[in-house]
Amino acid sequence: MKNNAYLIKQISIFSENKPGKLAHVAKVFQDANVNMMSFSIAEAEGFGVIRALVDKPEMAFSSLSKKGIHVAYTDVIAVRMKNQPGGLYEVAAALAEAAVNIEYSYAFAGCHQATLILRVDDIDAAIDIIQKSGAYVLKPEELLCPCE
Amino acid sequence: MKNETDVRIASQRRRQLRPFDARIEEMPLENLEKLQFRYLKKLVYQVYSFSPHYRERMKANGVHPDDITCLSDITKLPFMYKEDLRNQYPTGLVVSLPEELVRYHVSSGTTGKPTVVAYTQKDIDLWAESVARGLTSIGLGRGDVIQISYGYGLFTGGLGLHYGAERIGATVVPASVGNTEKQIELIQDLEVTAIACTPSYLMHLGEVAQAMGVSIKDDTKLKTAVVGAEPWSEEMRRRLYELYGISAYDIYGTSELSGPLFTECTAMEGFHPWGDIVYCEVLEPESHTQMPDGERGELVVTMLQKEGLPIIRYRTGDISAIHHEQCRCKRTHPRIERLSGRVDDMLIIRGINVFPSQIEHTLLGLSEVGDNFMIEVSRQGVLDALMVKVELPQGFSPDKLEDLITIKRHVERELRNSLNVAAGVELVEFGSLPRFEGKAKRVIDLRETV
Amino acid sequence: MFRDKAIETLSSEGLQKLQIERLQQTLKRAQSVPFYRERCKEIGIAPHDIQTYDDVRKLPFTTKKDLQEGYPFGFLAVPMSEVVRIHTTSGTTGKPTVVAYTAEDLESWSELIARNLTMAGMTSDDIFQNMVNYGMFTGGLGFHYGSEKIGAVTIPSATGNTHRQIEMLSDFGVTAIHCTPSYAMRIVEVVEEMGMSLPKLKYGLFGAEPWSEAVRAELEKRLGVEAFDSYGMSELFGPGVAFECPEHDGLHIWHDAYYVEIIDPKTGENLPPGVRGELVVTPLLKYAMPLLRYRTGDITMLMPEPCPCGRGMRIARLTGRTDDMLIIRGINVFPSQIEHIVMQIPGVGDQFMVTIERVNHLDEMSISVEITDDVFNGELDQLTKLQSRLVDELKERLELRTTIRLVERGSLPRFEGKAKRVIDLREGM
Repeated sequence: MKNNAYLIKQISIFSENKPGKLAHVAKVFQDANVNMMSFSIAEAEGFGVIRALVDKPEMAFSSLSKKGIHVAYTDVIAVRMKNQPGGLYEVAAALAEAAVNIEYSYAFAGCHQATLILRVDDIDAAIDIIQKSGAYVLKPEELLCPCE
Repeated sequence: MKNETDVRIASQRRRQLRPFDARIEEMPLENLEKLQFRYLKKLVYQVYSFSPHYRERMKANGVHPDDITCLSDITKLPFMYKEDLRNQYPTGLVVSLPEELVRYHVSSGTTGKPTVVAYTQKDIDLWAESVARGLTSIGLGRGDVIQISYGYGLFTGGLGLHYGAERIGATVVPASVGNTEKQIELIQDLEVTAIACTPSYLMHLGEVAQAMGVSIKDDTKLKTAVVGAEPWSEEMRRRLYELYGISAYDIYGTSELSGPLFTECTAMEGFHPWGDIVYCEVLEPESHTQMPDGERGELVVTMLQKEGLPIIRYRTGDISAIHHEQCRCKRTHPRIERLSGRVDDMLIIRGINVFPSQIEHTLLGLSEVGDNFMIEVSRQGVLDALMVKVELPQGFSPDKLEDLITIKRHVERELRNSLNVAAGVELVEFGSLPRFEGKAKRVIDLRETV
Repeated sequence: MFRDKAIETLSSEGLQKLQIERLQQTLKRAQSVPFYRERCKEIGIAPHDIQTYDDVRKLPFTTKKDLQEGYPFGFLAVPMSEVVRIHTTSGTTGKPTVVAYTAEDLESWSELIARNLTMAGMTSDDIFQNMVNYGMFTGGLGFHYGSEKIGAVTIPSATGNTHRQIEMLSDFGVTAIHCTPSYAMRIVEVVEEMGMSLPKLKYGLFGAEPWSEAVRAELEKRLGVEAFDSYGMSELFGPGVAFECPEHDGLHIWHDAYYVEIIDPKTGENLPPGVRGELVVTPLLKYAMPLLRYRTGDITMLMPEPCPCGRGMRIARLTGRTDDMLIIRGINVFPSQIEHIVMQIPGVGDQFMVTIERVNHLDEMSISVEITDDVFNGELDQLTKLQSRLVDELKERLELRTTIRLVERGSLPRFEGKAKRVIDLREGM
C-alpha cells in the first residue's frame, strides 16, 4: 500500500447492548489517559460495535484487551472539509464515480472545520481519489484539532 | 445374519419387478374398459342421488344417469373445475355421511378460499393402493428403506407417499421437510435406499451433502427417488443420475384427486394411472374434442371409486397426452405422458397447440445452444409466425459464418419435428436475453386479438 | 367407554399370568440383541427364570445412553426387512436415538391410542384435529393412526398458522383436539381475540409437556373442553403409553403392554406405591426393539388405590425429570445437545447460558454465547453473520426458534464441577 502515511487506526470495540457498557469503556480510557476524539456506535440485535478515534490507539488497544474486552483495529481515512453545505457531497460523489464503496462514515466538527471519517472497501484508491478531488486527507498526527 | 438378510432382500427384489397386483395391472384393456364402465355407472347414479351440485349440473346439461350407456358416454357429463371446489368450501361437495369420513385434507388456495378433500376409509385405501402399485413398478418393496421428505400434515404429499410405502412393506422414515443435514445423516446411517421429495429439495439435498463432504453416489445406498409436486425435466433426471447415481421417477397427482397417485415405471415412458381407480381423458382445451393418442391436450380426470368427495371430469389444467398401447413393462392400463406445462401457458400457432415447455425441452436436448430462450409470436399477413430466440453457449466463438447457419438450421429442424409447426430461430449472444428469478416469462405474443 | 373391557380391567391372577408370560417373551426376543444377550449371560438369567414379579428385578436396566451407544441399529431384534417404520428422538448429543417398528408394533401402538381416545369418550362420529408435529416426532403420526383406528375424521393440521387452525376448528365443526397444553392456551387467546367461539369442541387431549391443574381449569373453562393428560415417549412407541380416564385422577398405564416399576434413581431399589421415584418401563409387546427395564427419567409414583372406573394400574401426573432434559414447546432438548451444536461453530467461545421464559403462553429460549477474540475483526456484519448462523443451526437441529445473545468473553458465569447452564424462568404449567 503506497498511501500508508494516511492510514488512521480506528479502535473498534464489541459491546453488549446493556446499560453501563459505554461507561465501562470510557472508564478504561480515562484510567489509561487516552483521549477520545470521536466515536460512533453501530447496533445489531442485542449488541453493537463502538468505533472510536483516540489519540493513543496502541495504549487504548492494550488497556481494553487487558480488561478482556474484544477490540480490533480498523483502518479508516480522515478527510478535512470546510464546515459548510456541500462539503460531504463532493467527496461522496468522487468515490461513487470511481465505484469505491463507503462501508460507513461519521464526522466530527471542530471550531472551524469538519473532519469526515470514512471506512471504504479500497483505501488506497479512495485516498488518491479524494486527494484528486481537492479535499485534504489527514495524517494521523494531524487529527488533533489545532486549537486544542 | 447380515448375509442371510441380504440374500433375502435380493430375492425379494427379483419378485418386486412383478406388479403389485398383476390381476388388475395386466388386465386386458377390453376387460378394464368394462370394469371402468361399471364403476362409472355406479358413480353417476350415486352423485345424481346424493350430491345437489352434480344433480344440478347434470340437469343443466340435460343428462340423466340412464343416458350413460357406454364408457364413451362420459363425454355427456359436465366438467368440474377448481372453482367449484372453492365455491363449495368447506363440505358442500361431500356426499358421505359424517361417520363414514375418516380424513380431511385442506389445500391452501393461492387465491381466496382453500379447497377441501374428504376421504372415507376406502378412499384412503385406494389412494395408498395406487401409490403402492407405482412404488412397486419402480422396483421398491420390502427391504427398501424409504425416506419421505415431503411435508406431512395437510399437504397430501407426505401422508400420501407414507401410506403407499407402508403398503408395500418397506421401512418408512417419515423425515418430512427441513433439517437437511440431519436428513443426510439419516440417509447414511439408516441405509436409506429411496427418497420421495420435490425436485428442488432433492437438488438442495445434493448440494448440502456435497458441502458436508458426503458423496450421495459413493457414501450412501440411495438409488431411487420419487420426485414430484413441481415440474422437472429430463435434463434434471440425467443430472441426478450422473451426479448422485439416483434413478429419479416422476409422480403425478393433485390434492383434489386425493394426492400423489401415479408414478412412471422403470420404462420411463409416462405415468401409469390405474384404470380401475381413475379414468383419464385428454381434450383440446377449448373445443373439448378428444385428442388422439400421443397428441397433447388438457388432462381431465374422473375418480371412478371415490366416495367422500366424488370427482367427475375434473379439469386439471395440466397438459399431457394419452397412450393406449401396452407399456414395455407389460402393464395394460392407458398411460399419460409427463406433463408439459399448464393450459394457461398454451399458444395456438396456426391452429396447432404449442407449449413453451416443449420448446424448452427440445432446446435442452441440443448441445450447440444454451438454455436461455425467448418466444415471439407475431402475425405475418394472415399467418401466425413463431420465432425462437436462443442464446449461444457461453464462450462460443464460431470459426465461420457457415457454422452459425448450420446450427440455426439444425435447431429449426428439431423444433419443427417436436412442435409440428415451423419455427424461425434467431441465435443471439450469450447473456443477451433476460434472466428470470422464479417463474420465467418467456413468451411475447405480438398478435392482436381477433 | 371401554375399547377392550376384558383387558383394560384385567386384575390379580389373570393379569400376573399375562404379564409374566409377556415378560418371558420379551426377554426371549431381547436375546437377538447382543447388548441384552451379553448382559443376561453375565447375570445368568434365561426367559424361563422369570416366574414372579420379583424375578424382574434381576434384569438389567436400559438407559438412554445405552440406546445411543447402539446407534443406529444396535437394539434391533428383527431383520431390517421386518421393520416398517423408523422414528428418531432427541439424543443427548449430536446423534439421535433411533426407534424402529414392525407392522405388529404399529398395530399395538395404534390400538393403545385408540383405547385412550375411546376412554376419553371419542367415537367414529368425532372430528379430530391433530395439532402437533408430524414426521419424525411420534406425537403426530401416533395420534393420527389411533384416531383413524376408531374411525374418527382426522384433520392432520400439524403445527403453525394459528388463525388457520382456528378457522378449521370452526369450519369443520371439530369436536376433539390434540396439542401441547401451551399451544392450547395460545389457541384460547386467539379465539377470544377473534371474537369466536367453538361450541362443538368437546375433548382436549394434551401432552408432550407437564401441565398443572390450574391450566386444566383454565382450558376447560375458556375452551369448553374436557381436558385429558397424555403420557408417552418414543422409546416406548410414542404417545399413548398412559392416559387419563374421565376420573382425571392419574393416568392409566396400559398393563397388558407395559410392565411398570418405580425406583429410587440413585440406588436403583424398587419403591412402593405412593412413593415418588423414577418410572422404569418394560414394554411387553415390542418386536422391533424390545427393551428391558427402560429408565424413562420421568418422576412419578404408582397410585395406591384402585380407580373407580375399574381399569388397572395408574401413575400420578408427571412432576419432573431425574436428568436435565428440557421440554420446550413439547420438544425434548438436552443442554448437552445445545452445547454440541453451539460449540461446533467457529467464533463461539467455551461458555454459554440458556434462559427459558414463557411469553404469551409459549416457551421462548434464548442462549447467550461468548465470542472468541479472533471472530471480532472490528466489523459488525461478521458478528451478525455469526448470530444468524447460530439461530439457523439451532432451528435446523432442534426444530426450535431461539434468540441468540452474543456476549463478551468472561461475562458468563464459570462453573467448578457440574455446570448449571440453564435458567428456567417458566412457572409450572
